[in-house]
Amino acid sequence: MISNIRGIRAIYLFEMARFGRTFWTSLMLPVITTALYFVVFGSAIGSRMNEVSNVPYGAFIVPGLMMLTMFTESISNSSFGIYMPKWTGTIYEMLSAPMSPLELLIAYVGAAATKSVIIGSIIFATAHLFVDVQVAHPLLMAAFMVLMAVTFCLFGFIIGIWAQSFEQLQVIPMLVIYPLTFLGGAFYSLDMLPAAWRTVTLFNPVVYLISGFRWTFFGQGDVGIGVSMSAVALFLALCLGVIFWMFRTGYRLKN
Amino acid sequence: MTVMTPVLEISGLGKTYKSGHVALSAVDLTINKGEIFALLGPNGAGKTTLISIVCGIVTASSGTVTVAGHDHGRDYRAARTMIGLVPQELHTDAFETVMATVSFSRGLFGKPRDPAFIEQLLRDLSLWDKRGSKIMELSGGMKRRVMIAKALSHEPEILFLDEPTAGVDVELRRDMWNMVRSLRERGVTIILTTHYIEEAEEMADRVGVISKGRLILVEEKNALIKKMGRKTLTLNLAEPLGAVPEELAQWKVELAAEGHELVYEFDSQAEATGVPSLLRRMSDLGIQFKDLNTKQSSLEDIFVGLVHESGAAQEQAA
Ligand SMILES: Nc1ncnc2c1ncn2[C@@H]1O[C@H](COP(=O)(O)OP(=O)(O)OP(=O)(O)O)[C@@H](O)[C@H]1O
Ligand SMILES: [Mg+2]
Repeated sequence: MISNIRGIRAIYLFEMARFGRTFWTSLMLPVITTALYFVVFGSAIGSRMNEVSNVPYGAFIVPGLMMLTMFTESISNSSFGIYMPKWTGTIYEMLSAPMSPLELLIAYVGAAATKSVIIGSIIFATAHLFVDVQVAHPLLMAAFMVLMAVTFCLFGFIIGIWAQSFEQLQVIPMLVIYPLTFLGGAFYSLDMLPAAWRTVTLFNPVVYLISGFRWTFFGQGDVGIGVSMSAVALFLALCLGVIFWMFRTGYRLKN
Repeated sequence: MTVMTPVLEISGLGKTYKSGHVALSAVDLTINKGEIFALLGPNGAGKTTLISIVCGIVTASSGTVTVAGHDHGRDYRAARTMIGLVPQELHTDAFETVMATVSFSRGLFGKPRDPAFIEQLLRDLSLWDKRGSKIMELSGGMKRRVMIAKALSHEPEILFLDEPTAGVDVELRRDMWNMVRSLRERGVTIILTTHYIEEAEEMADRVGVISKGRLILVEEKNALIKKMGRKTLTLNLAEPLGAVPEELAQWKVELAAEGHELVYEFDSQAEATGVPSLLRRMSDLGIQFKDLNTKQSSLEDIFVGLVHESGAAQEQAA
């Protein structure tokens, strides 16, 4: 299944070079966004808020902020990565190369996930300029970050193959993931919501992901870490299943 | 070529697109190692579809493709490693440099880096000076060279050129022909499609004609040239003629356009075409003409003839 390592490396480096061309915007965007969130939520609102579950509000929003940006970045980078060759027609070369679908997947998703992890780390570093954040389980936190990056990049890959226009490419991250994340407890604890609304929120799958990530920071989340991990595993399995099906049928890749 | 080793074997290949359009039906074709094969056919005949299936870009609806003994589905790595493709359309990464994109292609096909080889390749294609340029800064002809360099970057043994000279100037076309010849000398098998008859004449060892998804003819080039060697001379007469004069009967000329034109068909490959003697005799007879033109029976004419024939044959069979 995996033997063309040079092929994987070629695509991976190509994708990383593509990110490199927009290095400063890619870098500045998360830094500025983080700074803005901290000014608005951390300082302006946070100063009027008490601690959330014994965690200062400024620190409390760090994991949510990281996830919010990483989700959308993962999806858009990964979907763009595979959509572009489809759009420009250069996909012919990938299809005619001695590369297995799995190798293509590893190369594209690997590159996009790398970028997401870098961005996540930049946000984490930037956050330290504003607040003091202690991470309870650093290794788990790093692992969770990588896992989230990979999962959402897989999801982005599916969107990139499915999309037939730039509009479709934007629709899911902007209209589905962003609001779900925003409402998924990125900036508040579910305990702060009225009971009815809390029940509704529990139908939002993103809640479990953010809660899990927050757990690696503070040792506590809206739901148990076991529930979070199950949700992550489920989402990952779902994405892999869909991709497996797409490759088997040549869905929207081959005529 | 004394020993013919098949390097590409296509059998019973069929393709029906999702739209229901039958682009290929039951194509059988064997390409020998080291030959140059020209695939000819009108627009929409199925040339690109055929090439795309062999290269793994389009999936066949039926049939098999074997590349040097490797089934191109089951054993796709071995099969694809041997093949280089220059597609009909110019698909390029606008922001990449020439050097980067050609090296990328080599890596994609699993070959180790080889800067000396890439340098030679770029020099051969007159791209070395442009190696640092972004592809979007290049002219169309230069982009086509880049596509060729990409296809050759992994040292394929079979090269597909899908209309390599469409929209290309005379000089580049000549370069391309030279390149094809030198590749052949190195033992590379080349399959090209074209709409230019000179190209097939100039380059190919064998020619295949495809029409409406059927391969209706595969022939040695020389045999085909004989068929295409016929020319027509049309003379626009100053005064219309009512009938062909007795004295011109030996040329088997015909009248057209209500006697305003005299049409003479001849074999341009023959020693004596009969044209000078015909003109001399006409001037003896005092038949004046205002203008004249000669026309080579084009590939298109032959297609039309063949297509009609095969169409009629199919109807009869049905
Ligand atoms: N993706 C597709 N979906 C449906 N029909 C297609 C598709 N691609 C090609 N066709 C049809 O299949 C037929 C063969 O197309 P193909 O591109 O193979 O022709 P061609 O011989 O290369 O023509 P040309 O000389 O114009 O390049 C055409 O009628 C074309 O419209
Ligand atoms: Mg074509």
